[in-house]
Amino acid sequence: MKNAVIGNNKQKANLIVLGAVPRLLYLLQQSSSSLELRTECAVVLGSLAMGTENNIKSLVDCHIIPALLQGLLCSDLIFIEACLRCLRTVFISPVTPVQLLYTDPTVIPHLMSLLSRSRHTKEYITQIFAHCCKTPEHQTVLFNHSAIQNIAPLLISPSDKVRMQALKCFSVLAYENTQVSMTLVNVLVDGEQLSQVFVRMMQRDKPIEMQLTAAKCLTYMCRAGAIRTDDNCIILKTLPCLVRMCSKERLLEERVEGAETLAYLMEPDVELQRIASFTDHLVSMLADYFKYPSSVSAITDIKRLDHDLKHAHELRQAAFKLYASLGSNDEDIRKKITETENMMDRIVSGLSESSIKVRLAAVRCLHSLSRSVQQLRTSFHDHAVWKPLMKLLQNAPDEVLVMASSTLCNLLLEFSPSKEPILDSGVIELLCSLTQSDSPALRVNGIWALMNMAFQADQKVKVEIVRALGTEQLFRLLSDPDTNVLMKTLGLLRNLLSTRPHIDQIMSSHGKQIMQAVTLILEGEHSIEVKEQTLCILANIADGNTAKELIMTNDDMLQKIKYYMGHSNVKLQLAATFCISNLIWNEEDGSQERQDKLKDMGFVDILHKLTQASDPNLCDRAKTAMQQYLA
Amino acid sequence: MSGPSSGCGFLMSVVVHGDLALNEQEKDLNQRLRRLYPAVNEEETPLPRSWSPKDKFSYIGLSQNNLRVHYKGHGKTPKDAASVRATHPIPAACGVYYFEVKIISKGRDGYVKYMGIGLSAQGVNMNRLPGWDKHSYGYHGDDGHSFCSSGTGQPYGPTFTTGDVIGCCVNLINNTCFYTKNGHSLGIAFTDLPPNLYPTVGLQTPGEVVDANFGQHPFVFDIEDYMREWRTKIQAQIDRFPIGEREGEWQAMIQKMVASYLVHHSYCATAEVFAKSTDQAVHEELASIKNRQKIQKLVLSGRMGEAIETTQQLYPSLLELNPDLLFMLKVRQFIEMVNGTDSEVRCLGGRSPKSQDSYPGSPRLFNSPVHKVEMEVDHFSNGVSESSSNGFLNGSSTHGIDLEECDGDMVDSAQSKRQLCGGSQAAIERMIQFGRELQSMSEHLRRERGKNSANKKMLKDAFSLLAYSDPWISPVGYQLDSIRREPVCSTLNSAILETHNLPKQPPLALAVGQAAQCLSLMARTGSGSCAFASVDDYLH
Repeated sequence: MKNAVIGNNKQKANLIVLGAVPRLLYLLQQSSSSLELRTECAVVLGSLAMGTENNIKSLVDCHIIPALLQGLLCSDLIFIEACLRCLRTVFISPVTPVQLLYTDPTVIPHLMSLLSRSRHTKEYITQIFAHCCKTPEHQTVLFNHSAIQNIAPLLISPSDKVRMQALKCFSVLAYENTQVSMTLVNVLVDGEQLSQVFVRMMQRDKPIEMQLTAAKCLTYMCRAGAIRTDDNCIILKTLPCLVRMCSKERLLEERVEGAETLAYLMEPDVELQRIASFTDHLVSMLADYFKYPSSVSAITDIKRLDHDLKHAHELRQAAFKLYASLGSNDEDIRKKITETENMMDRIVSGLSESSIKVRLAAVRCLHSLSRSVQQLRTSFHDHAVWKPLMKLLQNAPDEVLVMASSTLCNLLLEFSPSKEPILDSGVIELLCSLTQSDSPALRVNGIWALMNMAFQADQKVKVEIVRALGTEQLFRLLSDPDTNVLMKTLGLLRNLLSTRPHIDQIMSSHGKQIMQAVTLILEGEHSIEVKEQTLCILANIADGNTAKELIMTNDDMLQKIKYYMGHSNVKLQLAATFCISNLIWNEEDGSQERQDKLKDMGFVDILHKLTQASDPNLCDRAKTAMQQYLA
Repeated sequence: MSGPSSGCGFLMSVVVHGDLALNEQEKDLNQRLRRLYPAVNEEETPLPRSWSPKDKFSYIGLSQNNLRVHYKGHGKTPKDAASVRATHPIPAACGVYYFEVKIISKGRDGYVKYMGIGLSAQGVNMNRLPGWDKHSYGYHGDDGHSFCSSGTGQPYGPTFTTGDVIGCCVNLINNTCFYTKNGHSLGIAFTDLPPNLYPTVGLQTPGEVVDANFGQHPFVFDIEDYMREWRTKIQAQIDRFPIGEREGEWQAMIQKMVASYLVHHSYCATAEVFAKSTDQAVHEELASIKNRQKIQKLVLSGRMGEAIETTQQLYPSLLELNPDLLFMLKVRQFIEMVNGTDSEVRCLGGRSPKSQDSYPGSPRLFNSPVHKVEMEVDHFSNGVSESSSNGFLNGSSTHGIDLEECDGDMVDSAQSKRQLCGGSQAAIERMIQFGRELQSMSEHLRRERGKNSANKKMLKDAFSLLAYSDPWISPVGYQLDSIRREPVCSTLNSAILETHNLPKQPPLALAVGQAAQCLSLMARTGSGSCAFASVDDYLH
């Protein structure tokens, strides 16, 4: 059988159909069978596993995994190696449920104990671990069974295969795992720090796979906080290595992984972004990621075309991700990116691609670039990016929506020329519906966009916002558990309540509810920022003609203002004083009566005291207010 | 230690104390350059080590051993630009060449900070910044542009200023150049570069100061890692070189080469087994091989008298027809007499000569740079001499012809008590007499065959040994080294083979020599890949 099936998928399938697997497993499990026979069975099963994915499915369905794991308890090394080889082949297949490795809790410790038995046990077991560590739970199980201590010495094994698999283990163990990463930095291999071992594995004469995987290990350790971003092993080794992985000389798969890992590495660090932006022409090198399948490949080689097509989406999304990461902080880098050939066109078409991954990455990239005032004013408008963005917002999964709506927030900034056309496209309803989402991020973005939209807006727009949102929803948002939502809602209110006619108009229709909400917030447990924002709203109300009266007739509110004028926080004092200042302003109807009333309530004494305040702004503000009385 | 650096050591003892640090730096430099560019033959193509005080515009000032450059012109218009070239062009045998420049000062305020780092060919106008003219290339600090033989630059990298370290790397394999800033590669700047470019910097702002690092200090950029990549690429190219359809012949040819090599150096037992197992015929009779082996062993153990005698017995006409060869053998015999190893003085000697027989330790000397330099001069003798040492070891360890066993302990202790002709008065007299015979033989030869300067020098050097109280530590003492027996041995061996119409070089040695010649030819014609294809790498 062994000789018949080697390299012959048809024969393998035939044997499986004929029921060979249960019979082989039976013989393998019989302790009365001779070791040679049991070993041969494991070898044949291993051969069958090397076939198609269907073969693997059949083997797994026949419960080959527990049978082989049971076989590992045997003392014979040759037999163990045959079982491990087969297990390895089964586990690295995408059709095998990874969880099967963890069902029996004794399996992992037993594999750890077998690890050092031979070159083959080392290779197979590390390969199994590297493929079966997919979740934080898996990481923890392996970590708790001393995976790090057991695998670290294999990094200097004389066998290339063992070294490579051990390295892969570390990359999957360290991914987004602080505990593992923190442990790794303190591990010594033959007296050398693990990070230095990884650095050596990134040397340019090492196999590309090894360089890339070692760079991943260091990236994950860095992102987990175990290595500083300004450490030489990151700045001078990992970053350049990953940039090299993006070069045209590398395979498409390597370029995708390289770009994604690099994007992840430098996401939080502007200095790394700056260095990467001028390393090896990275920005223009990435433009090549959009040229697949190339026109040449289509003509010359069908196989190549197929290969290119398969990777085209992956390449595009990886490039968008890397651009997004590169441009997330630095204005010069953003400029460099938008000036790359056809960049804006590529983003625009990326936003409407069929692949969700590409769409998400494209919108991330757009979001990153939308932080640039200059780009908003120029390239964003020239390419009407708002159109595909609006389309994307109509119907997309939450993660895309979060990015898209966040980008929209920037496009709605007052100086953005895209603001007008977006307003005309019925965006208000859409944003209002976002504020009702279950996702806090979407609620924030919805209300944030409305806030930006209301800034210095026409009366018509403001009325439309209030109408579309509805006061009920507005007040629901004011009691939102998410502080960000609350802050942006207050911001929206503040923007709505600006310029006298708007203030009076809105307060005449919603004054009661707004005053209630303000009271509620000022009485509640909130951060200084929230209270400051609320006092600013009050100050805006105090600036209205008729709206003033809502405060003047509310003694409770006046007492609150008085309280905040004497607060220990200067920002709150300032906002409260501003409010009083608006109330007593001369040249307005009834200012005399208001001044008298407030004087009676003791505000003049407080203002007088504040003119001595150490904060110069507060002092100025109080003096200006006092002048109203002197005039 | 190579020639130049031992020269330094000599100088060091005369120069004043304060320059010790300087010499330390020079030593570092030599070491680093040798490690980075092992394929460069500096006698033919010296490496740039500093800026040239002769090859610069007058607005350029040099200091700190011609490593620091400062600008002393007006700096008002591009007409005030000034450049300086390094002392030598970049040798192609570097494969990959790298230098760094640190900006010490960007110059006085109120000026645009024009500053260019790059390459230029000999003769390019120095009253310009690198990059502006034909065969001139530069990366400019004020705008970060690259200038490729043109007055207008292309956007290339970031700008640079005080404190930055800018590196320039020339790849002589694909003739490209890239720069680095503070250890980060900026990507290819120029392609299709011409050969023989000089490192160049240009300044145009009063107060500008830059320092060069041609290897005096460790580089900020990891150039060795870049070189590793190219070494791997070149070696993969060699490994993958297609042998084509003659694959079967290939194996047969290699077997032939190995067999002929074994025969040539008289490893008779090995040659016999090898020939049998690879199904080949040996083109020399076994007895003949054994004879040659016997003679070689005698020569290599310093028993020249016996060697000459045996040769005359076995190959009666050989030395008669080759009087120069005989003369050379006799001169060697004279030296061995001084050494106390020759059979004629040994039997007269008061002590065992074995203490002089320090041979088994010496083949290792081949690894020292001194001999390496010599071998590179003559690649053919390289293969031969190295292998003949093997021949000796092989023979002595299997079946020696009543050679006394070498006593390792004795070798060292012998150094202190070595004496002329082993210390025996009779032996000295015999040696003197032999010397006279040699003198008359020389005269005879000159009469018969005309002047021969090589013979004359040989004899003069040998006789010079007697001018010193301790010949072993004298300037001509090298002749006494047992390693000097090797060329004699291989010449004699080749002569014997020639009389049998066999090649005087084994094909293997020829092939190795040809490969080495080929590499040095590549170096001369500007093919940088020779840097990463050392023949030695393939001889292990």
